[in-house]
Amino acid sequence: MKMIINIASKEIKSFFVTPMGWIILALITAAFGTYYLEGVNSYFEVMSGAIRPAERVGVTIYVGQTVYGAAFFLMLFAVPLMSMRLISEERRQQTLPFLFSAPVSIVEIVLGKFFGLFAFLALMVVYIFLMLSTLNIWADIDFGYLFSNTFGLLLLVGSFAAIGIYFSSLTSQPIIAAILSFIFAFLLLGLESYFASQPNHWFHHVSLLKHFQTFSRGVISSKDIIYFLLFISTFIVLTIRRLDADRLRG
Amino acid sequence: MVTTLKALGLTRLFGPNKAVNNVSFELSKGEVLGFLGPNGAGKSTTMRMLTGNLAPTEGQVEICGINIIEEPKLAKANIGYLPEMRPLYKEFRVNEFLKIAAKLHNIPAKKINSSIDIAMEKCGLTHMSNRLIENLSNGYQQRVGIAQAIIHNPEIVILDEPTVGLDPIQIREIRKLIKEIGKEHSVILSTHILPEVEIVCDRVQIIDKGNLVFHGSIDDLKQQRRGNKLLVGFKKAPTLKKLQSLFDVVKIEKQEDSLHVIQFKNLDFDMEKFIQVCVKEKLGLFQVSPHITSLEDTFVQLTNK
Repeated sequence: MKMIINIASKEIKSFFVTPMGWIILALITAAFGTYYLEGVNSYFEVMSGAIRPAERVGVTIYVGQTVYGAAFFLMLFAVPLMSMRLISEERRQQTLPFLFSAPVSIVEIVLGKFFGLFAFLALMVVYIFLMLSTLNIWADIDFGYLFSNTFGLLLLVGSFAAIGIYFSSLTSQPIIAAILSFIFAFLLLGLESYFASQPNHWFHHVSLLKHFQTFSRGVISSKDIIYFLLFISTFIVLTIRRLDADRLRG
Repeated sequence: MVTTLKALGLTRLFGPNKAVNNVSFELSKGEVLGFLGPNGAGKSTTMRMLTGNLAPTEGQVEICGINIIEEPKLAKANIGYLPEMRPLYKEFRVNEFLKIAAKLHNIPAKKINSSIDIAMEKCGLTHMSNRLIENLSNGYQQRVGIAQAIIHNPEIVILDEPTVGLDPIQIREIRKLIKEIGKEHSVILSTHILPEVEIVCDRVQIIDKGNLVFHGSIDDLKQQRRGNKLLVGFKKAPTLKKLQSLFDVVKIEKQEDSLHVIQFKNLDFDMEKFIQVCVKEKLGLFQVSPHITSLEDTFVQLTNK
């Protein structure tokens, strides 16, 4: 456990010793800030006008949908950029022996790296939550809705991170890792729309988006939590196996 | 003597190729073992197996009596390893990097700072503590590499070509450092520079095409080099027959500048008598010295068997 934290803290540090971490944080902040502002502005326009009272929605859902709707899309781009270096950069710089010769198991290495990235991403998710919470200053907002979205988004970025770390373990070129994990995550999200006419197609069960949508409606269901946790653990196990193969195959 | 490292029948296959074939050896506390061999002989592969970076196809490695395959964590805690390609996170400063190394090696929080200071002092890095590793020269980066290998005070230090790319002054310092580490711990180092082995190591091991071809103390290696030959300068060279009538000579080889290598039958030939006779016979003697086969020659002989 201690080792997982040590490795995670090393990963977090290395985000911040290079401009990479700061730049991504800045871009994400700017993007979410824009969506937030946009949501608040258009809420007044839409709700003050012709809409019938029955069709009106609360400010939490209206602004929340704008921001969280953008979140999964932004994260789809941001996470591969951050996950790409996790293992492939170590391969490229040949620094893996540093970790392998320390008294640390491969499971700890992979979990440490995963949680390092996850902590960084969680920082952003919490940041979005805090931003939306500021609505509470002049309105009475629905925190349940925010919690469910925050929780769902955490699981979603966790899945992206797990995909990212796996593809990062396959190659020594960070950029290839980024492209592969982006394509893979994009397929799992985007293919959804092609099967919209067949609501019972098997693909709906593996689609990340489908499971995320439950959370974005404000519903926390154990089925979706289990799906995400299984998804994350699958890719972490695959990564562990890939690194172990290094030791066995050479 | 306490045995710190034991390798038993280490074999490693890469596909059909045998990179290392049935290598066994032991290392005692306070010993520096030199690992020699031509390129691709299997030095680095052996070292990777010793440090748990590569699983052996066959054979066992015991670190301080702990099997590295069965108890990798316990065994690895006793090893410090510097691979050929130094594993440095170049975006960090020297002290930041060493702090990561210290934490990964389970050094208690209270001792982290003192062990970083000790390691930096030993490797002459104290004044570079705040520099980015990226900006350090090759030699200083190598020192950081050594510092991360000794930071947890391991029983065994394994260094893969530690003096490559250093200037002569740095090489001397690093050799001094290795000797110092070798007093308290066991050290294995691989190198291409043959004289280095004689300066630094207590024991030598030569590996060729995956096989151990020589294993012994540095004196054994010196014995192999000295032998029963003299390098003699004659102005009027005698024939082999004439020499043989005077001494127990096996062979005479002419070299440039009227120098001759004379091989005696026995090791304990009488040098004084040899010179007296040569002078008496008026052979124009102008130089006599023991003929030492160079370490390179010995190395070539051993690896070409």
